[in-house]
Amino acid sequence: MKTIKGRVWKYGDDVNTDVIFPGKYTYTVSDPKEMPQYALEDLDARFAKEVKPGDIIVAGKNWGNGSSREQAVTCLKEAGVGAIVARSFARIYGRNCINSALPALTCSEAVDAIQDGEVIEIDMQAGQIQCAAGTFHFPPLPANVLAIVEAGGLIEYTRQQLAAKKQNEA
Amino acid sequence: MSQTFVEKVLAKKAGLAETKPGQIVEVIPDVALSHDNTAPIYGIFQKMGGEKVFNPDMHAITLDHAAPAPSTQHAENHRIIRQFVKEQGINNFFEVGRGICHQILVEEGLALPGEVVLGSDSHTPHAGVMGAFGAGIGRSEMASIWALGNLWLRVPESLKIVVNGQLNPGVTAKDLALYVIGDLGNDGGLSMSVEWHGEAIQALSLSSRAVLPNMMAEMGAKNSYVAPDQVVFDYLKGRAKRPYEPLYPDPDASYAGVIEYDASKLEPMVAAPHRVDNVRPLSEYAGTHVDQAFLGTCTNGRLEDLAAAAGVLTGRKVAPGTRLIVIPASSQVYLEALKAGYIQIFIEAGAVVESPGCGPCMGNHMGVPAVGEVSISSANRNFRGRMGTRESEIYLASPAVVAASAVGRNQAPEGPVGHITFSHCQPSRPAIAQVGRLVSAIWQQQTANQRQATQDSSPTLRQARKVHEGDKP
Repeated sequence: MKTIKGRVWKYGDDVNTDVIFPGKYTYTVSDPKEMPQYALEDLDARFAKEVKPGDIIVAGKNWGNGSSREQAVTCLKEAGVGAIVARSFARIYGRNCINSALPALTCSEAVDAIQDGEVIEIDMQAGQIQCAAGTFHFPPLPANVLAIVEAGGLIEYTRQQLAAKKQNEA
Repeated sequence: MSQTFVEKVLAKKAGLAETKPGQIVEVIPDVALSHDNTAPIYGIFQKMGGEKVFNPDMHAITLDHAAPAPSTQHAENHRIIRQFVKEQGINNFFEVGRGICHQILVEEGLALPGEVVLGSDSHTPHAGVMGAFGAGIGRSEMASIWALGNLWLRVPESLKIVVNGQLNPGVTAKDLALYVIGDLGNDGGLSMSVEWHGEAIQALSLSSRAVLPNMMAEMGAKNSYVAPDQVVFDYLKGRAKRPYEPLYPDPDASYAGVIEYDASKLEPMVAAPHRVDNVRPLSEYAGTHVDQAFLGTCTNGRLEDLAAAAGVLTGRKVAPGTRLIVIPASSQVYLEALKAGYIQIFIEAGAVVESPGCGPCMGNHMGVPAVGEVSISSANRNFRGRMGTRESEIYLASPAVVAASAVGRNQAPEGPVGHITFSHCQPSRPAIAQVGRLVSAIWQQQTANQRQATQDSSPTLRQARKVHEGDKP
């Protein structure tokens, strides 16, 4: 996997899915392309206006707690967010990230060191984060999880698996 | 090697002798649960190239989140689901009005001891009440299961909660769940398997037990487990859809944390706006006006919950200025409540009784609050905006407290009613306060010696927990 380089948007602990993608849009906004404009609407009004492809979210503990809605990942993925680095992720949110090919990395030391607005670089292969304060390491993703990210997400991964299975049966 | 419940159940499903926390396993679930979100999942399934589902008998599909359909858009969503169910030959399909998915899995004998339930709903840990592994997953993951049958799971660390002693009258499993969430925080069980042990848990009815795994979603848990006993086996007689094999953790299994609580020290609790872990003693909310009281949901919409509310409402009226909405968790609960006379009590009290489903829990329909209004609810989540508008407040509490909050001062008599004593009723408006005083009356008598002013309740919050050195994960 290539490296991810971008500007940091730093947030605190316990940011929940209602804040990342408000529940009132879950049944009215269904086109992923329309989702970024509502991303983090209730947390940081600047984000949706200023976020650029490759930007990286750095957050505290329990990022994405609350509902299982995938839109809370999709809205960031569609906005071009390259990765999220947090102290910890809510369980379903962390899974949804992997399934949307949005790397969700756990590294408390990096979270401590990284400043809002700085540009950082993440090397997925080496499992390291380069920031102004130094280099930090995170545990590499397990092979089957990395396979999903590398396929471009779970949908593409399943599509490939299913196609291979059908070919075998034919 | 000694193993926790989750290590055993995932080993069994993955065809391994044992598993360890952190290990990634591939499992085929016994039940794949989806609800109104079945239609969008179907869309993803088609994008994946899916045609026929892996195994139609694995599916359980309910229409409950916005059911019966409140809008044409929702109705269209239901239409797509009905068509999908028919095309795929899915038998375990439950129409609008049958009830809430988690309750239905239990009633229909689909959530079974030692089995794996994966659901595209964050409260799927509910299935742990039957001794099953239940975990919430995303929509794409559900679509992938439909296509391939299996999904990757990380074996979680386990947290053991031991509840000793006995709950006092008027104190329920809801108060226990809230207390523990308040104590450990909304990430106190993050990605963990939370096991419930101890005499206080075994003494609970099946309906009361269900509150615990249901609410562990609010502590970040992956799944939660109550050891299945004779109560479960009796309930499943003639109901279980398949033979099952219960699994139990080894007594010397290794846990990330072991935390003990003394049930006899608990009092009625509320989760105040806007976090489920913002838990305080009910008695602190003197003077809080309630515009709407909502009794229902997968957390507390069962027969014993309705019975507790009916006990409070017998011969009383919902106060002017307050609305009481009652939604049984399932059609079976509704029917039993009807036979027991509870529905009549609710109607006579001035409550609105609506058809089984999730109702206003996540703000879809059937009585959402207005801007500026305050709700008290027997549900599991009180996030800002949860019931529709961000400009409203939600308190979470037990069914008896919800019902009593809807009753006006003038109807509140002296003497014991159910578990609640109406004796010190003073607030001028229908208020949680009133209930705080009422429900606390018994508790205060029993713990008068231990209890001081509750202005700062953190000592109160901590006092039921037996502290172990380094026990907090």
